[in-house]
Amino acid sequence: MFDVVSFIPRAVMQSIPLLFGSIGETLTEKSGNLNLGIPGVMYVGGICGVIGAFFYEQSCGGAANMNGFLALAIPLLCCLLGSLVMGLIYCFLTVTLRANQNVTGLAMTTFGVGFGNFFGGSLIKISGLDVPSIALSATSGFFSRHLAIADRLGWFGKIFLSYGFLAYLAILIAFVSAYILRRTRVGLQLRAVGENPATADAAGINITRYKYLATCLGCMIAGLGGLYYVMDYACGIWSNDAFGDRGWLAIALVIFTIWRPNVSVWASILFGGLYILYLYIPTGSAGLAMKELYKMLPYLVTIIVLIISSMRNKRENQPPAGLGLAYFREDR
Amino acid sequence: MDNMTAAVKMRNITKRFGPVIANDKVWLDIYKGEILALLGENGSGKTTLMNMLSGIYYPDEGEILIRDTPVSIRSPKDAFALGIGMIHQHFKLVDVLTATENIVLGLKEEGRLNLDAAAEKIKAICDAYGFELDPKQKIYNMTVSQKQTVEIVKVLYRGADILILDEPTAVLTPQETDKLFTVLRNMRDDGKAIVIITHKMHEVEALSDRVAVLRHGHFVGDMLTKETNAQEMTNMMVGHPVVLNIERPEPVDPKPRIEVKNLTVRSIDGVLKLEDVSFTACSGEILGIAGISGSGQKELLEAIAGLQVVESGSISYIEDDGTREELLGKDPLAIAGMGVALSFVPEDRLGMGLVGSMDLADNMMLRSFRRGKGLFTDRKSPRALAEKIVSDLSVSTPSVSTPVRRLSGGNVQKVLVGREISSAPSVLLTAYAVRGLDINSSYTIYELINQQKAAGVAVIYVGEDLDVLLELCDKILVLCGGKVSGVIPGRGATKRKVGMMMTRLGGGEEDE
Repeated sequence: MFDVVSFIPRAVMQSIPLLFGSIGETLTEKSGNLNLGIPGVMYVGGICGVIGAFFYEQSCGGAANMNGFLALAIPLLCCLLGSLVMGLIYCFLTVTLRANQNVTGLAMTTFGVGFGNFFGGSLIKISGLDVPSIALSATSGFFSRHLAIADRLGWFGKIFLSYGFLAYLAILIAFVSAYILRRTRVGLQLRAVGENPATADAAGINITRYKYLATCLGCMIAGLGGLYYVMDYACGIWSNDAFGDRGWLAIALVIFTIWRPNVSVWASILFGGLYILYLYIPTGSAGLAMKELYKMLPYLVTIIVLIISSMRNKRENQPPAGLGLAYFREDR
Repeated sequence: MDNMTAAVKMRNITKRFGPVIANDKVWLDIYKGEILALLGENGSGKTTLMNMLSGIYYPDEGEILIRDTPVSIRSPKDAFALGIGMIHQHFKLVDVLTATENIVLGLKEEGRLNLDAAAEKIKAICDAYGFELDPKQKIYNMTVSQKQTVEIVKVLYRGADILILDEPTAVLTPQETDKLFTVLRNMRDDGKAIVIITHKMHEVEALSDRVAVLRHGHFVGDMLTKETNAQEMTNMMVGHPVVLNIERPEPVDPKPRIEVKNLTVRSIDGVLKLEDVSFTACSGEILGIAGISGSGQKELLEAIAGLQVVESGSISYIEDDGTREELLGKDPLAIAGMGVALSFVPEDRLGMGLVGSMDLADNMMLRSFRRGKGLFTDRKSPRALAEKIVSDLSVSTPSVSTPVRRLSGGNVQKVLVGREISSAPSVLLTAYAVRGLDINSSYTIYELINQQKAAGVAVIYVGEDLDVLLELCDKILVLCGGKVSGVIPGRGATKRKVGMMMTRLGGGEEDE
């Protein structure tokens, strides 16, 4: 029998890193920057949080001596700073120097993954353990703490209230950014920058500022996805390459949701569900092969959505018209 | 006009681009409650001069006074603050946004974004001047004329009382032009100062109160429109007397060349674009095609050139000896090989025919690259051809190695038409060949077309200027909603008659 009550929370927890990543990428793409470096940014966000938490835990010597606020604030701050630096590098290259966005993004991903694995490996060396991973269970305890009431509410508590605060933050950010994009002056101007920078420029909008702000903010949000993954989903255990291809899935989600962060809330849960569905299917003799096929589902769904949205060919469902193009005022 | 107050005074304005002097010590006054037509050939510095008012360029020398106060306009924002708004030839609008969103874009108004309030304000502006605009419509659903309306309203919304329009009618149908003129007159009567840059003499005469003429960056003079005429204005623009008559030699030995029978074309969405169109184009003749824009002209030319999927009908190419060949079903390359040249100039000049980022010589190669021997392409002859076109049609370009998109619109057009004619076609298809060209260049193109006609080429000329069609063409085919409204001889046809046929099949009962 399919266990819905245990499936949904796992799908949601799986979905939160994707949600963070896709909101970040959506904001970035709305400014006309196609940041393929998001997987790398999420890696960097994760490892920076881990580094901060690792040294704080070491300095305290045990969970009992740790200050709850600092245990949250230090990894958060490290994560945001790390992803911000990634965003700044990307912006400097693509906006200021007008480098090719695809090449820059792919380089950032390679760099981010390498950066994560290098410092992850270093920390493992420092901790001197035999296992190739770092366990930050004390910090993780603070991150995954949920309301005590959840345990007493049965299935309702399990499905809706059993997550750490970052999960609710992700959903909040999703709705807030959707509101900003649709309803505010800033959102309107950001969309104009991504659609037609020359027009936005003529209307007196500072293109460079919007691109930098949207991309850096997007990177910081995406970085939180990496942090959530380590601290909450993986229970504080960092091992190299464990984050996998979630960054790419986040980018696929952006297309899947047709650039709408509020849709991303539901879509990421769907993706999260598809991502772990293989764990819930009965395993027979052919089970192993079937599992691999089930793992394809998120990507398959993305391709189908791409086909459908291209076929319907509605102008609103297309990517921002200026996506991937550097803007230079004196170009004709 | 003594009681008029000057809204703008430009004094001794000089602007250089490197070694090129675009404006040389120009003096210009623009008055309130007046429509000023700024005239000049392509590259005479009209747009540059106006761009200095709208904050895109900054003058190297000279002084600008707005309402008698010296000002320094360093950006479009400064211009807005001074009440100056310019409507450019290429619209600056975001496609996926609505009219309202485009209009409020970049404004720093108080409080939260309130699109409904903005839409109300837009409605009020529209009602005051007689615009028709749906504030909630998305730009990509709009016609060119609607987009232009958005641009004008955008400028008015920002409180502009000095409006500059750069070739506003270049992309409009006669009806849309009339509507625009009504609106502009309303704004003039409201006390706004309006400058229009245009090449069309009859529009200058119909609309403007005063004309100012620039030639090679110099201010030549200004005069009241009612005290001058097209001939005098043209002479001032060009600097020497110009003959404003289009020649129409008698066709020599016309023979049927292209025969179109019962042609029916549907667009991808299934809309009927051409219905049961039949006609014959003869060698040594110019067949004009008149019609409101979008009546099927584009589809007709593309069908002949093999670029359009045809539902039914036939298009035959008839050689001098009478042998027929069916063009339908042949690919464009084969059709071009038979001598059918398409110099189609669409609304977007660089959209078809030329590649913007390639230079003149390379664009010549687009036609000839298959001709090279062996593995390598022949680069010499295209370069020679490019040089010939540059000198024959006086294309103003630094060199033939300049990317085409750097040239002004008129020059781009000369390059395209020049290349098509150079392929020595037996059928020449042109659409809007003189759109955006100044009067002198237009006459150069007319002459080129006449030369082709004299050489025995069957010319099909799609035009929008009825006066020119009536003067240039031997026969005029009038399209109305995709159907042939009639074919009449060019000699003796009247504008009124053709106009009637454009809007009603057969022109109603109004026959002579």
